Amino acid sequence: MSQVVYLIPLFPLIGFLINGIFWNKMPKSVGGAIGTLAILASFIISLGIFFEVRSAAFHGPVIVNMFDFISSGNLNIPFAFQLDALSSLFLLIITGVGSLIHLYSTSYMHEDEGMVRYFAYLNLFVFSMLLLVLGANYLVMFIGWEGVGLCSYLLIGFWFKKRDYTNAAKKAFVMNRIGDLGFLVGMMLVIYYYGTLGYQELFSTLGGANAAVPSSVHSWIALCFFIGATGKSAQIPLYTWLPDAMAGPTPVSALIHAATMVTAGIYMIARSNALYNLTPGVLHVIAFIGLATAILAATIAIRQYDIKKVLAYSTVSQLGFMFLALGVGAYTTAVFHVMTHAFFKALLFLGSGSVIHAMGGEQDIRKMGGLGKHMPVTRTTFLIGCLAISGFPGLSGFFSKDEILANTFAHSSVLYIFGLLAAMMTAFYMFRLYFLTFSGTFRGTEEQHHHLHESPAAMTIPLMVLALLSVVGGYVGMPAVISHHNAFASFLGPVVKNFGVHHLAESTEWILMTLSVVVSVMMIGVAWSVNKKPQFAESTGFAKLLENKWYVDELYDAVITRPLNALSEFMDKYAERRGIDAVVNGVGKSVRWGSDRLRLLQSGQVGSYIFIMVIGMVILFTISFFWVR
Amino acid sequence: MPVYSTHYLFLSLLLFSIGIMGALMRRNAIIIFMCIELMLNSVNLLLVAFSKMYVDINAQLFVFFIMVVAAAEVAVGLAVIVMMYRKVHSVDINILNRLKH
Amino acid sequence: MNLYDTLFWFFSAVAVGCALGVILSRNPVNSVLFLVGTFLAISGHYFIMNAQFLAIVNIVVYTGAIMVLFLFVIMLMNLNADVEPQKGQLIQVAGVISGGVLFLVLIAAIHKASPMPIDKQSIDIGLINNLGKVLFKEYVLPFEISSVLFLSAMIGAVVIGKKEPALPAEGEAQ
Repeated sequence: MSQVVYLIPLFPLIGFLINGIFWNKMPKSVGGAIGTLAILASFIISLGIFFEVRSAAFHGPVIVNMFDFISSGNLNIPFAFQLDALSSLFLLIITGVGSLIHLYSTSYMHEDEGMVRYFAYLNLFVFSMLLLVLGANYLVMFIGWEGVGLCSYLLIGFWFKKRDYTNAAKKAFVMNRIGDLGFLVGMMLVIYYYGTLGYQELFSTLGGANAAVPSSVHSWIALCFFIGATGKSAQIPLYTWLPDAMAGPTPVSALIHAATMVTAGIYMIARSNALYNLTPGVLHVIAFIGLATAILAATIAIRQYDIKKVLAYSTVSQLGFMFLALGVGAYTTAVFHVMTHAFFKALLFLGSGSVIHAMGGEQDIRKMGGLGKHMPVTRTTFLIGCLAISGFPGLSGFFSKDEILANTFAHSSVLYIFGLLAAMMTAFYMFRLYFLTFSGTFRGTEEQHHHLHESPAAMTIPLMVLALLSVVGGYVGMPAVISHHNAFASFLGPVVKNFGVHHLAESTEWILMTLSVVVSVMMIGVAWSVNKKPQFAESTGFAKLLENKWYVDELYDAVITRPLNALSEFMDKYAERRGIDAVVNGVGKSVRWGSDRLRLLQSGQVGSYIFIMVIGMVILFTISFFWVR
Repeated sequence: MPVYSTHYLFLSLLLFSIGIMGALMRRNAIIIFMCIELMLNSVNLLLVAFSKMYVDINAQLFVFFIMVVAAAEVAVGLAVIVMMYRKVHSVDINILNRLKH
Repeated sequence: MNLYDTLFWFFSAVAVGCALGVILSRNPVNSVLFLVGTFLAISGHYFIMNAQFLAIVNIVVYTGAIMVLFLFVIMLMNLNADVEPQKGQLIQVAGVISGGVLFLVLIAAIHKASPMPIDKQSIDIGLINNLGKVLFKEYVLPFEISSVLFLSAMIGAVVIGKKEPALPAEGEAQ
């Protein structure tokens, strides 16, 4: 099975090519079917590969060499795929959640004229994402990395006729590019010091006593890679693009900006665990940044009114949790949370899409309320998603989040307190969203009220499947205190080596678990009591600060964008026009002036030509005979 | 004073330079043409002298071919001059200055 | 001073003198006659260097054919000293100076060349017999190509010298 791994990215590529080439010739339903079936085929092969990797006969990573990509001197980078526990797990998440979202999109995007184009982009995205996780070296990962960035740009700006949306797309692209620069520099450092980009070659030389490479280099490489991860996974300071990315169609937000692409940074760091294990200092940085992002985004989410913005900030916050887990060395936990988060966040986004669909494009939760009566399936599944993300016992989010918090506590109790705070806020804002949307009375217009309806089956089936996964998804990684065997961690164990993770006493772990459950249930109650009678008065003070997202966008605008614009304007006016332009025009003018004078030499008289020729001959002879020796 | 190869060299160069001077001094197209013939012949003379010096027959064959080419050149060149005379009723090359523009 | 040297100096003097005559005489007819003299002197040089065939060819082709052609053309155009265009004094001086400078430069470049004696023993390389053998063995292809050159030159001369048909007026071309 592992020898046909190339089929996994090939199917989406074919789907992209068909949809991309015939985007204006094909009927919408055919385009949607092709796109969905391509991902479904990949999913089936991924399943086969996953079971092969799980089987006892599988030893170590399998590297499938496709062809020599770069071969220059000592540097040899093949285009190769690597199959192991980590990549097979990500394959499943991407193709599994991906095919559900494709199915959902066939219905959600049916009214849109660019539906075939949409599916082409979506397939290209899945192709790039699969390359990212399949690559056996950083270069192939980088190709996928850039590919998903491009698709993210294309899909955020999918409705390119709206100026705001294209601006959001540009913002996402530029922010990603800043991070990508870090990734690139990291790759160059790796090539410079180790002469290879392959995971196997690099990690096997890393651990050894390689005296030639100073240890500070490891930190620099790790830091550069982490900068790349902050861009792609929306961490401080590069997180502001993700909330704006909600301009794209809702299934895109579910697939790209919640379930898969934004977890690429976590994948990269988990993949590079051998590197990060050598650099505890960088891990501390990651933990702090992750925690800060988790708290900052959670505070902002509390006061947002756009249903998708709340979910977007929630995503940023959850990504912060994952980075916190990475930072405390619990890589498997981070990947576990990636998986459960993919389930429930995709579910929540799709649910919000269903709501938006029913509301006829309205996204403001102040104009919703009481939708639960009209949309029972959406309501139930959304509730499951909210419970899962809040860490309600027995649901998938409970296990993964609890594991993160437990590992954080083992690392440092201060970090734990802040982590718990962020988890509290998560429960609060999610249920604030739920209550405002689904319970109470309808606050929209009469017309919208009549229009309310449950979504068609193509949309509700993915919701139900994802809801099921959100419930049971956590049982693969039950903590040791419950099941005495963490199946998930031991599956990933051979590939991802956790670093400095202490095992807590069972009683401590039980206490922590109870504490987080009590806290989140309490916050659900608070959210219910606060939003029983919703009041939307003009917010003041701290709330206003939160509503305006801590003014981070404004801060970036003032600190980076404006000075940059001023500088550009200055350069345009002086360096460009008076400097470079003047030089260029001056050269042109002087040539013109000179040739105007030189033209007089062309008297048109044969005699003068002969004369000049003779003089030239004399000069040439003189030079050749008397000067050149 | 016995004759050496350098004598022929000097003689040939002198004839060549005279040809150049003529081409520079005169305005009559036919005279300039004749000066070119003179230069060609000075080169022929030198080739024959070298042939004699090195006892090599190839140089004389080159002279032969130069004569062939010169004859063809004269045929075409004189046709051009006749044509020019027919047009402008002069052989003054200074009249032909349309290359200026 | 033996005969060879005497003849060399004599022919050289005639050649240079006649060459000067070519460029200095005002009448084109005189120029042509001076050039004939130069060529005859050069042919004399060929004779004393045992290049008999070339000497004969030089006389027949250059002096006999080409120069007569020149003479024909000049007489056809009725050129004489009165209609001879003259350049300004300054230009003439400049021409002489630049030609002289070229001469000096070339002389200066080669004046250190070691003088090699002219081989007077090999008297047979210029014979038509030997020349013909080499010409038709080694140089047969260039020889044939030169015949093509002649043909094209002839055609070219005819085409150029042909009387042009009167150009049709602008409107009649339709």
